[in-house]
Amino acid sequence: MTAMTQATPLDTAAIRAQFPILSREVHGRPLVYLDNAATTQKPQSVIDALANYYSTMNANIHRGLHTLAEEATAAYEDVRKQVAEFIGASSHREVVFTRNTTESLNLLAYTLGARLRPGDEIVLTTAEHHSNLVPWQLVAQRTGAELRFIELNDDQQVDADTARAAINANTRIVSIVHMSNVLGSIAPVAEISEMARSVEATMIVDAAQSAPHLPIDVAQLGVDYLAFSAHKMLGPTGVGVLWGRQELLADLDPFLGGGEMISVVTREESSWAALPHKFEAGTPNIADVVAFGAAIDFLNDVGMDAIAAHDADLTHYAVEQLSRLEGLDIYGPSDPAERSAVVAFNYRDIHSHDVATILDRSGIAVRAGHHCAQPLMGTLGVPATARASFYLYNERSEIDALVDGLLDAGERFGFERGA
Amino acid sequence: MASNREAQNPVDLDDLYRDVILDHYRSPRNRGVREDATISAEGFNPSCGDEIQLSVAIVDSTLNGLGFGGSGCSISQSSASMMTEALTGRSLDSAREMSRHVQQMLTDDTFDLDAVDLGDLEALSGVAKFPVRIKCGLLAWKVLDQALANASGEAVNDDSDIPTRVTSG
Repeated sequence: MTAMTQATPLDTAAIRAQFPILSREVHGRPLVYLDNAATTQKPQSVIDALANYYSTMNANIHRGLHTLAEEATAAYEDVRKQVAEFIGASSHREVVFTRNTTESLNLLAYTLGARLRPGDEIVLTTAEHHSNLVPWQLVAQRTGAELRFIELNDDQQVDADTARAAINANTRIVSIVHMSNVLGSIAPVAEISEMARSVEATMIVDAAQSAPHLPIDVAQLGVDYLAFSAHKMLGPTGVGVLWGRQELLADLDPFLGGGEMISVVTREESSWAALPHKFEAGTPNIADVVAFGAAIDFLNDVGMDAIAAHDADLTHYAVEQLSRLEGLDIYGPSDPAERSAVVAFNYRDIHSHDVATILDRSGIAVRAGHHCAQPLMGTLGVPATARASFYLYNERSEIDALVDGLLDAGERFGFERGA
Repeated sequence: MASNREAQNPVDLDDLYRDVILDHYRSPRNRGVREDATISAEGFNPSCGDEIQLSVAIVDSTLNGLGFGGSGCSISQSSASMMTEALTGRSLDSAREMSRHVQQMLTDDTFDLDAVDLGDLEALSGVAKFPVRIKCGLLAWKVLDQALANASGEAVNDDSDIPTRVTSG
């Protein structure tokens, strides 16, 4: 995170001009979109890439012998190479396209889970999104393996000490969230990977929130598998990525069976296609993958270091401004260097749903509720929170609008205005 | 589309947050479990986490008293609070009828308020203009329906996505 201060500030006006939706109004007010942890908006180049694919090269891939099929296959496979480069993978064969992070994690839970025995342990954190919890619960029920949890420390952060307390000789799988979708906390993944390796456990990272906001290098993180979603990083919905070390993916059984993933099929049995096609049964989401390529181009053009610095700056500013409001509780690590992009909070005794409804009337989009992380809500001791989350097109003035909207909400619920 | 609809039928936050609703949210009535309850039920909205526990004392087909607990937004909690007041002393049939009317009002923003007398509960009529908040308003009434059905041994045909659970006694 230290490198971030050196990046030049983003030209948000120029960036915003490339996102058509950001110029619309909501309830007569300019849209202030602060729900980026749920999904991000799309630049014109991504929208164009999607339309262009269908307008000029639509065909099924990998088997057609005609020109359109050749062009569509090349466009699809080029994005695989782009993704590999984006995350520092050693080969494009290590990149599997899925529907979303959830499917990537289910693929791992299903295939790795088949190898578990009673007494084996799966280690997660208490901050997992349901997508990195429920699949492992299913595995535990099926195999008799046990779930263990890395607890948060007093600063609502996963650290090496809390991780060490959960990882032991019985640990077979460590699957943790890189950046919490509620707390914005960034887990010390490289350190925890070391611990996993020392007990010969498989190390999996849910990067759904981190891949959009931080430069990712899978080698540096030292992980075995990494999962993320295109739609949280300017890409279309319906595309997820599973990255895995080549020798590990090669050793896994298939997840879904069907066309595309086979080599030879007889009445009784089949052999599997080479990586990564072994894991891509059926016609994939070709058009959205192609459009995801335009999203990665956009991110690369702006620069992930610059984006990380921008998001960290906004987060810092938001924490600072929100903290001034009387009766406002912010969740997550107190050290701004340990968090980014997300600020979850509760204001006065106003339920987060009411906060979200009132903010929406001022054109401000935030998320409210349990954020698909019910166990974490239990740990925090609250039923729900409001959440503002930022991305490269957000500006400080939008955080000022959020603060103003909260004062409106307070007034409506009978509190005096004035921070 | 959405903006056109809003131009024809402007929706104001005042429609949702009536004074009566905010009053019941800040000072809930009949909060707690009734010691003399003959039936209890609970329900929650899985998508948002709102929850309501309801206890009802029924004697000779009359609702002698209701108590509620739980947590959630102003709409879910004030709806429950107003319900406990409005139903106290009513017969089972009358309570069922009121539940039906309130649920119609919550889900249909053309509901004719003049056709029935719902008292303070009419403050909830604005909820119908906020589609994502309808389930907040409905929660207490879905729980009530389950409790009353259980009291008379009927099955409830509920097509909402609100899970409810009933316990006797």
